[in-house]
Amino acid sequence: MSTVEIAPGPRRVTLPETLADSRVMATRQLRKTLRRPTYIVFAFVQPVMFVLLFRYIFGGAIDTGSVDYVDFLMPGIIVQTAIFGALITGLGLTEDLKAGVVDRFRSLPMARSAVLLGRTAADAAINVMTLIVMVLVGVAVGFRPSEPAYDLALAFALVLGFSYVFSWISAFVGLSVRDPETAQSAGFIWVFPLTFASSAFVPTDSMPGAVQTFADVNPVTLTVDAARALTVGHGDALGPALGTLAWLIGLLLVFVPLAVRAFRRA
Amino acid sequence: MTPAPAILAEGVRRTFGEVVALDGLDLEVDVGTVFGLLGPNGAGKTTLVRVLATLLRPTAGRARVLGHDVVAEPLAVRRRIGLAGQFAAVDEELTGRENVEMVGRLYRLSGAEARARAREILERFGLADAADRRVSTYSGGMRRRLDLGASLIGRPPVILLDEPTTGLDPRTRQELWSTIDELRREGTTVLLTTQYLEEADRLAQRIAVVDHGRIAAEGTAAELKATVGIEMLVVRVANAANAAAAAASLADLAAGEVPLVDTATGEIRLAVSDANASAEAVRRLDSRGLPIAAVELQQPSLDDVFLTLTGRRAEDGVQQAA
Repeated sequence: MSTVEIAPGPRRVTLPETLADSRVMATRQLRKTLRRPTYIVFAFVQPVMFVLLFRYIFGGAIDTGSVDYVDFLMPGIIVQTAIFGALITGLGLTEDLKAGVVDRFRSLPMARSAVLLGRTAADAAINVMTLIVMVLVGVAVGFRPSEPAYDLALAFALVLGFSYVFSWISAFVGLSVRDPETAQSAGFIWVFPLTFASSAFVPTDSMPGAVQTFADVNPVTLTVDAARALTVGHGDALGPALGTLAWLIGLLLVFVPLAVRAFRRA
Repeated sequence: MTPAPAILAEGVRRTFGEVVALDGLDLEVDVGTVFGLLGPNGAGKTTLVRVLATLLRPTAGRARVLGHDVVAEPLAVRRRIGLAGQFAAVDEELTGRENVEMVGRLYRLSGAEARARAREILERFGLADAADRRVSTYSGGMRRRLDLGASLIGRPPVILLDEPTTGLDPRTRQELWSTIDELRREGTTVLLTTQYLEEADRLAQRIAVVDHGRIAAEGTAAELKATVGIEMLVVRVANAANAAAAAASLADLAAGEVPLVDTATGEIRLAVSDANASAEAVRRLDSRGLPIAAVELQQPSLDDVFLTLTGRRAEDGVQQAA
């Protein structure tokens, strides 16, 4: 007979247990990401390359009217970085699926939701670091935020919230396609139009009609416009900020349940 | 009241679209025993393990672990099982210690408990020196040991091992075998799937042969061998090209299934219940002018059991699936 008696225990995982498990999962993920050179390049080096590319190569040819291109660019490129950073969530989940790690987690008496909660929290933490690096690089290449500190903080929070919500979308896509390579290409298929058909790099009024219509309602445009207004005072802040919030809440309500369902089935 | 069996499966069926992976499988595993589930790839062994580990719901039937239903009480089941698979499910970027402690925390051990247990486990599995190295520097055998170790940290009374030694070198396999023996001595129930007959023979008190999602036969190794026939008659014809003709002329001597013919070596194997069968075989082949290179009567091996029950060698199944 076994010498170990297992206490009956509750039939469901409790909320404090879920939070504890999420913390364990987040710690795991932070360690994994920070110890992987390819992720470091993806999270920190690649965004910096983009800044240099647009600031010094394309920037001279883009007319942004009254505002300096570097001030126009930095909020846009920071949002682009946030959305690219979110792609890591889905990619990492497919790798865990493939390695059988997800099977192990699902066979343990842990909260299943903790795998996704911990993962998205860890990716948000990485994104905070990336965004700080981006702001510093921006300042180094001439980005000069003009607005008060609480506006800057609000812009930062908005962009972070944006990346967090996109982590859930990316989790859903990754768990649905299951294969790391497919997840990577699938990720770019939805991320590229969103980032480039937006106000991130160029003013949308230079785009042809249909593209402009898409760009103007694109959540990336709204987030970038809000961030631009809150950092360099370019344009109106309230409208885009409320639009961004509406998008984020809507996307969260749709994609959290979808991602959880995809995780159960994966 | 008799205690609930460690594992009880009743009519478990699982389909994936058109494919029937488990076809009404019944199984009972006593507490504190090692049970070997033997079968080729695609027989349904992994599907059964996944059902018992609450990773898959059965399409029909019921499965219980220590009296807890895998569908109705998945959490209770998860508290009582440890799962280690054919692919080491460990994190490459974490150290061995971090991997084991993490699983400990997820079994709800306190931080101190998880650390102490992880130390014990790393010691026991010969990973103490490598404990603080990243798993990416580990050999395949070390990863497998770490994977098994991690599944033991919560001291689960039931361990599910899905082909734990597939792809391991002989020495590492031996080590894993002695670990499984130890687990049983400590009172742990082990359900082990394997394609290796000698592994089931060596480790398991009871063995079930799984084929096409059902249990084809079940018993101790000795009982299974006894089902095959009294003895195995092995005839090798001098010219391998004659093997098929020779087998045809011996077919009605077989006690069980039709004889197995190896056309490359000219070897014919059949289970016989009549002690005179070898003399009769020699007479028949002689009268047909088929020269004989060797005739031998052997005790049946588990391989023969497998063959008789499923019509193919266990290793063939591996190749078919590859």
